[in-house]
Order: sequence, then structure tokens, then C-alpha cells
Amino acid sequence: MADDRLFDLEIICPDRIFYEGRVTMVELNTTEGEIGVYKNHIPTTMVLQPGVVIITAEDGKKEAAVHAGFVEILKEKVTVMAEVAEWPGEIDVKRANEARQRAQKRMESRDSDLNLARAEFSLRKALVRIEVADSENTKK
Amino acid sequence: MASMREIKRRKSSITSIQQITKAMKLVSTVKLQKSRSRAEQSKPYFSHMYETVRSMLAKSGNIDHPYLRPGVSSKKAVIVVTSNRGLAGGYNVNVTKLITAGWMNKEDLYIYAVGNKGKDILARRGYEIREDYSAAIENPEFRDAREICDKVLKSFADGEIGEIYVAYTVFKNTVVHEPRLLKLLPVEFDESELSREEKLTPMNYEPEEEAALDIIIPKYITSILYGALVEASASENGARMQAMDSATSNADDIIEALALQYNRARQGSITQELTEIIAGAEALN
Repeated sequence: MADDRLFDLEIICPDRIFYEGRVTMVELNTTEGEIGVYKNHIPTTMVLQPGVVIITAEDGKKEAAVHAGFVEILKEKVTVMAEVAEWPGEIDVKRANEARQRAQKRMESRDSDLNLARAEFSLRKALVRIEVADSENTKK
Repeated sequence: MASMREIKRRKSSITSIQQITKAMKLVSTVKLQKSRSRAEQSKPYFSHMYETVRSMLAKSGNIDHPYLRPGVSSKKAVIVVTSNRGLAGGYNVNVTKLITAGWMNKEDLYIYAVGNKGKDILARRGYEIREDYSAAIENPEFRDAREICDKVLKSFADGEIGEIYVAYTVFKNTVVHEPRLLKLLPVEFDESELSREEKLTPMNYEPEEEAALDIIIPKYITSILYGALVEASASENGARMQAMDSATSNADDIIEALALQYNRARQGSITQELTEIIAGAEALN
């Protein structure tokens, strides 16, 4: 029975409940690397990196871009507290491309007052957005 | 009895005040709808964050982290969320009362003011205003909360302050708003809320506890702060709407009373004139 493998997943943003439902697996990008979580995972708290979240529910796979936040994994429930989360349809690819170029330029310029970590973070965010949007487009 | 002209003048001035309060009521009703829907949308994040972090920490057993220990300093930082504009009934006073009427020593407090009114009230009473973020309350954004949070946490990390509080107004519904003082740091949690089974499965952290909490706790405080800002702005508009509503109906009452007075005065003067004419006519005969 597929039902035995389902657990509750909640993805919550400051401005809305992004996703709420029963799923079989969720894949996340944490600071320690990419992980996939099934039911009955050992209780863990992890910090998220900008990345693609893949939700495997009964009605198929869903992808979303999630930037910054953390996840609380319990045996029967996973709660993702995301600062920003977007579905592929909500991503402005042009803006993401511009952001990528801007971030790359900044990292190459090697200014002394450059905040490298911040530039890297915005670059990573832009790349994730582009990736999610692209994978959605190729499906169509 | 006041003269007819005096009554008329008062009546017209009250009518124009009523027009203003009526317009302000309409404006705050529209603003309330906007800020209420924002408050309602952010509420799940806010309450989930609060619960998740508390349950997470409770399950973690004995962890030792600077954010969970009371700081060395006896100073307390209070982020006071009020409004920039008045005419909102007791809204601003109720929030500042949490601080002035409380158990906290004036000398121990640093005020981080969000909203001019609260800042002015507290400054007048001799509290030390550390920072002023009044612009943020007009249209609270997540990054405003982050900015305030960064500043306060830095002072905490530097050992300047030992505890952090936020004073704001909880938006229950359009008519009920409740001022509340919430402790942000050190984070308090209650292990007794947990069931036996939950105690047996301790929480794991990846990366290491310390590093994870270093990231999570600031996020927690930022989102609580954001929730407080959004709720406070909804409460402000609700309070103003109520205040303006009662001002408008009070003006109605006064206008009614003045209309009665005016009619009496008019009748009195007509009667007097008639008596004078008749008396004059009789004197001629």
C-alpha cells in the first residue's frame, strides 16, 4: 500500500503557506548537501541552501525553488520554514538572468569592499531560479 | 443662553470635524483590509516558527548555546512597535504602558523604537532610545525586520544587552487588539510539554548544533519580529478605525444637541420680538 509511505509536508513562507499535503518523498538542498527524506526519518534539523526542492506526492513530482530557511524533520512530519519559495511559473527568468550576470560581474571585479559571501549567495539564488524555470520549460 | 450666532458657529465647526473623522474612518477601513489580509497571510509562518523552534529546542535536551543563556549584561532591549500617527485611541499608550507600568527598571532599558508615537512618549519619560526605525511601520517588509534583528543581535553578541523583548499589539480581530510583551532572547522553551516518546528521540542537528542554531535563531527572531510588525500595523488601523467611528458618532450627538439648543434660542428670540412689538403697540394706544 502506497499509503503507508505517506507523511505530512509543509512548506511555509512569511507571506503564505506554500505547500501543504501528504507526500512520499521530499528532496532538499541543505548546507551539508542534497538529501532525500522518506517517512520515519530520524528527527533532524537542517539548514537550507538555495536549491531545488522536489516533492514526490501521489499525483506526481513537483519542483520549486527555495532560498534560505531551515527544515525540521520529524518521523511523520516535515516542516520547511522557507524565507522565499517559488513555483516555476512564478519565476521571472529574465530577472534571474540579470541577477546572475550582476552577481558574476561583482565576483569578478574583486573590489576590496566586496561582500563575497553575499554575491555568491545571490548568484546561487539566480542559478536555482533559472534551473527550476528551465526544467519546467523542457517538460512542456 | 448662548446667542444664536454662537451656537451656529459651533455647530458648523463640529460638522466639519465630523467630515474629517468620517473620511479618516474610511481611509483606515481600507488600510485595515489591506494590512489585515497581510497579517492573516503571515500568521501561519509566524506561529509555525514559534512552535517549531520551541519544540525543536525542547527536544534537544541540554544544549548550551549563547542564544539560550541569559546574557551577562543586566540591560534589556525592548523593541517597541507603535504607530507614526496619532488619532488611534489608546493604541500607542497601551503599548507603552507595558513598559512604563511594568517591572522593568528605566535605567536597564534600551528602547528600539518602531513608530514615532511610542518613541516620543518614552523619550518624554526619560527612557533611552537606542535606535529609531519608525519608517518601517508604514509598510513592514521582511527586510525591515531583518535589519532590526541584525542590529539587536549584534548588541546581544557583544554583551551590551542581556535580554531582548518586543512590545507590540496582537491583532485578534477588527475590534480586539491586545498589547503584548514577548521575550525573544534568550529563547525560552518548556520540556514538560513533550510526551515521553518525544523525549526519547532527541533532535539531531546538521550541521553541528551550534552552527545550526547560529543560523536558525536569528531567522526565528526575524520572523517573530516581522509577524509583530505586520500585526501591529493591522492593529493600528483597527484601533484608528474604531476611534474615528466613535468620534463620528459623538459628533452626531453633539450636533443633535446643538440643533435643539439653536431652535430653542431661535424660538425664544422670536417670542421676545413679538412681545416687544405688542408691548410697543399697546403703549401707543
